[in-house]
Amino acid sequence: MENPVALLTLKILFLSCIAVGGFIATVPELNRFAVQVQGWMSDGTFATLFALSQASPGPNLIIATLVGWEVAGFAGAVLATAATCLPTLVIAYQAMRLRAHHGRARWFLLVERAILPIAVGLILATAILLTASASGAAPPKLALTALTAVFLLATRRSPLVPLAIAAVLGGAGWV
Amino acid sequence: MRPFHPRALAGGWSRRTMARSRGHGLGEYRKMQHQMPGEPATSVEGVTPLKLFLGFASIGFVGFGGVMPWVRWLVVDRKSWCSAEEFDNLFALASFLPGGNVLGVSVMVGGRLAGRRGSLAAVLGLVAPPAVLVCLMAELYRRHQHLEAVQGMIGALASAAAGLIVAMGLRMVWPMRRSPRALAIVLVVVVAAGLLRLPLVWILLTILPASLLAARLVAR
Repeated sequence: MENPVALLTLKILFLSCIAVGGFIATVPELNRFAVQVQGWMSDGTFATLFALSQASPGPNLIIATLVGWEVAGFAGAVLATAATCLPTLVIAYQAMRLRAHHGRARWFLLVERAILPIAVGLILATAILLTASASGAAPPKLALTALTAVFLLATRRSPLVPLAIAAVLGGAGWV
Repeated sequence: MRPFHPRALAGGWSRRTMARSRGHGLGEYRKMQHQMPGEPATSVEGVTPLKLFLGFASIGFVGFGGVMPWVRWLVVDRKSWCSAEEFDNLFALASFLPGGNVLGVSVMVGGRLAGRRGSLAAVLGLVAPPAVLVCLMAELYRRHQHLEAVQGMIGALASAAAGLIVAMGLRMVWPMRRSPRALAIVLVVVVAAGLLRLPLVWILLTILPASLLAARLVAR
């Protein structure tokens, strides 16, 4: 098979079937495939695409969209995005139905009680990693992270408020 | 008795009896059939795929630094499509499925409220608008990446976005404050994934069996 769009779509379809923990977990493998195996782009281009996908709104699987866009334009972006979503769409829907039918069974309650703390631990770990990579040890940025968290815990107002303030402060070069 | 489990707090109302006693048609009942019996009532009536699409699309545009906290804000705080306990449980389940928690939980919330089309609408809303936006941003960035204001803005946004995740994690820990078992597992996972940065597969393979055993042995 020589068609890059088909190759990329199949690769992403496979990756998203095994992407437990989020599509982000498969980024190193996507990098290896696009840069080293297929030679579609340089390592630097991939790094820029990844940074962009992190800085832009939307779920982080958007990195696949950008790789598709880079490889094959519009068609590449559409197919790569669809390939990331399709496996989860099918699997999560079936999981939800399973939960609706067996949700009160003892074994299912046990599983739920066991996995909830792990999921929460993973979120807090993500919070630590993101704070470290975004703020480093710079006090103004750490304060921005802390104040945003306090704002969200104390009010039910839109998270857009602290983000907008952060964007203004950052754009003016005060943070 | 399992005092910790949120469902233990919910009353004995089943969605089916509620739907009938309020005189809803079969269509309304169908929409509710994926909600577990006995879960706290939420405002789920009349949620169409279009409303799901628009709701998820609205956060797709603003969800800088990851949409996870935004999805919770939309579904629990803003629209009351799910109770907080229900959302946390769906979220935990989604974390163990391929594709990750955000996408999985959107599929489940959409499907619970409006069936297959609801799932599809939620995912389309979550993914399509930012996908278009990010391709435009890639083109814009190529032209303006040298500007200091742009760099500063993106850096500050990333810091604030990290705060969103911190708040979300703390909100999810709060209901566990009286369960030493759950807190201990949270702590082990935080250390393993956040400080030691062990690979996810190792963490799941070791901690999941331990957590299942602990849940079996300890009532809270």
